Amino acid sequence: MGAHFGYLFAAYSIIFVAIFLYVMFIWRRQAALDAELRTLEARMAALTERPAAGAPPRPDA
Amino acid sequence: MNNPTIRNWLGFSTLALMLASLFMVFDYVPPDAEMGIAQLIFYYHVPLAWVAFASFGLVAIAGIFYLWLGDQLWDDLGYAAAETGMVFCTLMIIAGSIWAKPIWGTWWTWDSRLTMTFILWLMYGGYLMLRASADDTPQVARFGAVIGIVAAMDVPIVIVSVRLWRTIHPAVLVTKQGTHGLEDPRMVWTLLVSLTAFTLLWAWFLMLRFTQLRTRSRMSKLAGRIALATVAASDPK
Repeated sequence: MGAHFGYLFAAYSIIFVAIFLYVMFIWRRQAALDAELRTLEARMAALTERPAAGAPPRPDA
Repeated sequence: MNNPTIRNWLGFSTLALMLASLFMVFDYVPPDAEMGIAQLIFYYHVPLAWVAFASFGLVAIAGIFYLWLGDQLWDDLGYAAAETGMVFCTLMIIAGSIWAKPIWGTWWTWDSRLTMTFILWLMYGGYLMLRASADDTPQVARFGAVIGIVAAMDVPIVIVSVRLWRTIHPAVLVTKQGTHGLEDPRMVWTLLVSLTAFTLLWAWFLMLRFTQLRTRSRMSKLAGRIALATVAASDPK
């Protein structure tokens, strides 16, 4: 196509690779957020299941 | 901004337009008579500059609203815009540098526009380093807002630098004579498609990162409340 095709190819390749890497970064951040959310849900579930300190024992306990 | 349908629509539209712009660059548009094939880098370099500058403008607007209203939403928006702007600004500089090598014979020169763009890149790099290294406190958010506003003042300087100072950077969209330098209508169409593709890509990235940062802010608040409730539940009094 021309003497400078290598530069053209390099420029477009770098742009698309960088866009792909940023999408991967966003995807990984989302996975980390999901994991954090699951931890919070587990902590919340443990908190609601545990009777408050000093409270009388539940009749079914 | 937290609508999955809009996000998916944006994602697919962006992909389609990016493929269309690639086809137009490599098969449709004629290369410039003087610069040859290296000029085709221009069709991504200009849209990258546009979305980078739009991002940094949004950082400044979000910073002003954060300082005014103190709402975490504006801080999250500013952070998301700074991050996406930095990605596009970095790519704009790299693409420009690759174009400069065959045309100017050097990867980089301390031309006024290049220097001002590099300063812009450094300032937003500083903004992101501040946000990455410090905890998400209101004080850090205020510092970030001020840096974002001050740094955005460099954007108009970058834009008008080709008219203010002697520079070797070409002024293609609006030449020094006030006309545009795209003589063939196919060049205009290719640039318009690329601009639209990158604007959609920017909106998609911004939406994704903003949604994530909003979720993280809400989860931080929730984690604080759970910690307090855990302490209260374990306290015998």
